[in-house]
Parts: sequence; C-alpha cells; structure tokens
Amino acid sequence: MARDKRMTLDEAAAHVKSGMTIGIGGWGSRRKPMSLVRALLRTDVKDLTVVSYGGPDVGLLCAAGKVKKVVYGFVSLDSIALEPHFRSARQSGSIAECVEYDEGMLQWALYAASLRLPFLPTRAGLGSDVTVVNPQLRTVTSPYADGEELLAVPSLELDAAFVHLNRADMHGNAQFLGPDLYFDDLFLGACDTGRRFLSCEKIVTSDELLKNGSFHTMKINRSMVDGVIESPNGSHFTHCTPDYERDEKFQSAYVKAAADPESWSAFASRFLSGSEADYQAEVKKWHDEQKAQA
Amino acid sequence: MTASTNLADICVVAAAEAFRGNGEIFGSGMGTIQTLGVRLARATFEPDLLVSDGEAFFVANNLPIGGSDKVIEGWVPFRQVFDTVWGGRRHVMMGASQIDRYGNSNIANIGPWKQPKAQLLGVRGAPGNTINNKTSFFIPKHTSKVFVEKVDMVSGIGYDRVAKMSKWTRDNFCLPRVITNLCVLDFETPDNRMRLRSVHPGVTVDDVIANTGFELVIPSDVPVSRGPSADELSIIETLDPRGLRNKEVA
Repeated sequence: MARDKRMTLDEAAAHVKSGMTIGIGGWGSRRKPMSLVRALLRTDVKDLTVVSYGGPDVGLLCAAGKVKKVVYGFVSLDSIALEPHFRSARQSGSIAECVEYDEGMLQWALYAASLRLPFLPTRAGLGSDVTVVNPQLRTVTSPYADGEELLAVPSLELDAAFVHLNRADMHGNAQFLGPDLYFDDLFLGACDTGRRFLSCEKIVTSDELLKNGSFHTMKINRSMVDGVIESPNGSHFTHCTPDYERDEKFQSAYVKAAADPESWSAFASRFLSGSEADYQAEVKKWHDEQKAQA
Repeated sequence: MTASTNLADICVVAAAEAFRGNGEIFGSGMGTIQTLGVRLARATFEPDLLVSDGEAFFVANNLPIGGSDKVIEGWVPFRQVFDTVWGGRRHVMMGASQIDRYGNSNIANIGPWKQPKAQLLGVRGAPGNTINNKTSFFIPKHTSKVFVEKVDMVSGIGYDRVAKMSKWTRDNFCLPRVITNLCVLDFETPDNRMRLRSVHPGVTVDDVIANTGFELVIPSDVPVSRGPSADELSIIETLDPRGLRNKEVA
C-alpha cells in the first residue's frame, strides 16, 4: 500500500523557507493553487524566488513583500489584462530581480530541470530583448551540418512546487478535469523530492479517478508528489473548471482594492488575515452582501 | 460593391485578408477584431484554416464571439499551441503597444525594463511567435505613440534584427500585415521597411503619415481598403451579433 500523503495547507507551507525558489502551477487566473499561496502568506518566509505563468499568485506574494525575484513570461488576470500588485511592484522597483522569458522558454527551463538536462535549445527569444535583459543567457551552436546558433535555455530547478488539481487520491495520483493541464507536471518535475505539494478540490479513492474522466486526465502520478491537501474552492478566485468558473466579481473587487494602500489594507485584513476557512467564509459573506446591495 | 463602410467591418475584412492563402494552419486572433478576421477568412475564402475557441479547442462551426455552441474538432491545450507555433503551422494576429518600421513590437513595458514607467503584459509569447510562425498585428488606435522610431522592449522581433540572424530564421521569418484603424501596412519592400498597403475609406495618406512616428514607404498609388461584400457582412454579423467589434475602434 502506497503512503498516505495527506496534510494541511499550513503543514505544506511550513516546508517553504526564506530564500527558496518556488514554482506555482496554473496559468494567469486559471486553476492557481491559491489556498497554498494564502497559506504561504500566513508564514513569515521572505526573499522568495517565484516562478510562474503569473496571475494573482505573483500579485499577492509581491503585495505581501515576500518576493525577491520573479521568473515569468507574463503576469495577467486574463479577463483583466494587468495584475495590479505586480504592476506596482515593477513600477516602484520593489522586486530586486526579474527574469522575463518567452512563455515557451519558461516551459523549456522547467522541462530541462525535469529531465535533469543543463539546458534545452530553442529559437524562441533569439533576437528579442529577452536576451538583452537576461545577459546570463547563452547560445549553443548545432553540432550538425546546419550549424545554426540556438538559444540554450538553462534548466530552472525548484526548491518547492505548488499545484492545484481537480481530483487526487491520498497517495498523490491526481487528475485535471478541465481543458488544460497547463504546465503543472513540469513544475512538479522541476522540483526536488520532498517539497512538491498538490492541493485538490476533492480527495477520492484511487479507483474513483477513472470514473471522473478518461485515463488521459491522469497525468500526475504519485512519484511526482510529496504532499496532498484537500482544499475545496482552493483556486478561488481563479477558475477551476469544470468544478467552478473564475469569480469575476471578486477578481474585480481585488483589482479595485489594490488601487491604493488604504483599500488594500482593508481588503487584506478582511480576507487574508485568518485561516483558509475564514477566507472562504468571508468570500461567501461578501457575495451575500453584494446580492443584498443589488 | 461595399456592403458597409463601418470602420470595424473594414478592419475585420482587412484582418481576414491577412490569412488569405494560408491553407491548413492554425489561424489565431488575440482580440475581437483579430478573432473575427480569422473566423471570417475561414467562413469564406480560406476554409482549411483551423480556428480556436480562445481556450483549448479547435471549433469547426462559425462560432460567434463569446458563443458556447461549439462543434469541437480538436484539442489544443497550451502545450500543443506552443508545439504548433514552433512547428510553424500557425499565423497569429496580435496587438502591440509599440511597433517600429521593421516590425519590432512591444507588449511588455513602457520605459526602461529595469523599472518601467508602465508595466504591461511582459513579453508573453511574442519572441517565440515572431521567430517561429507568421505574426500580424491589429492596432486599434494608430498614433505616433504606437508607431515609434524605437520600441522600449523588443518583445516580437522585426526584419532588421532578423537580417543579422541565421539563414533558417531569414528564410522562415514573416510578418504579413499590420492593420490599424486608419490603414493596412505590410513589409513588402526590398529592405522590409513598413509600407502603406491601403488606406481605409475616408482616410488620406497624409492622415497616416501624420500619425506615424517614422517614415513609411509610400507607393505612388495607394488603394483604398476594401469593405465587406453583402455575404461577408452577413457572416460578420452572425459572428458578432452584439457588435463588440465596434468597441475596439471607437
């Protein structure tokens, strides 16, 4: 019988130490492991390097002053193009270091780490200012007859990884039921054994996984995961289809609150100062208030 | 015979024309006008194009903007989109916050990258798009703030940079069109400098020059962009019954 890897959000977050490089799955404002990010906000870690196809995960960690470096291809809320906290952090110069990559380069960096290769070659990024703002990047010459010069995207190893899936069993076998796995398997693959944390909407028995969707949805196996956390609505306010869509109203409220320090501090103290259960309860209350006002 | 001189309809037709002759590749549009352009091209003169729902599926039917009644003919999660980009079987029409005479484009930030005056999206897929597949642009507000001498962050690469790159890149690189609220531009000149291809009805060549921050190649005879036929207009209206296209060029 494989191990039972169930744990709590706070137990998972406690494995993350200051100065670590953490990869966060999902894409923009889609199936982000937000409850794990919120758990991280409750710790005193700082100086993190955050690697992400960024959304509110990057924004919240920046707003909380936990970020030393961001590695990203973009940071966006999808239906709202620009992430307000990331934007102000960049414009005020409060993030000490940034690595801005083409989206495909970021995939390659994680894939190289997953395969334990020092780099993977690509054309994506060549000629663009990505090579100017990342002077550490090197090229490699094809050893074959073409002799083409290609960009050597360096492997990006993670100290910790957070992803959120629709279903998992207690051993870490997991399943996505929406239209896209994004690059969650690569975030897990690029990370050292010991700190790969997977939250999910619902923990089910292993034999139930195949009843939820075809075997094609079972892309994450237990060798890729160290901790499993059941966290219903854990992607809120990002989407986790087909379990739920993005909470557009709340996302708009988040963006509005981020516009000035006073309203942000009110938002943070209402929603982000307690436990995950407190957060979910406050969100529900907020929606009831909105309905009452309408 | 033009069935509409409405600016958004002219832009959609111009966007569709960018995909003419593309064949069985992924036609991808970022934004309403771009999406309508691809879908119009597929519904009329370029039936082999593959068109996505903007999420993760190829749709076989003439899906209206925001419509959910999809006939799904294929699955394209992001990883497969990247594979399609790198495989070159795609033509994307993006937006750009800045673009120069050789087609270098910027969606990342305004001002110095180190500490930008305005942080925009980041480079996203622009470097990989431009070097790997056909990349066109739609720019809803043609001004000299967008059409600049030098962009602040080269996200998508242009012809002057490509001229110094590998033979493979020189042979494969292609920026077919730049479409704006004023005109259609291309790079079909000996040194691949941006050229005025046509002006939209009611727009003069001088209007375009006055709103462009660098010298364009202006042919002696600049035609007027064509409008939609009656059939095309009816398809546009089916694809965008709520007239969202009009908001993009308001």
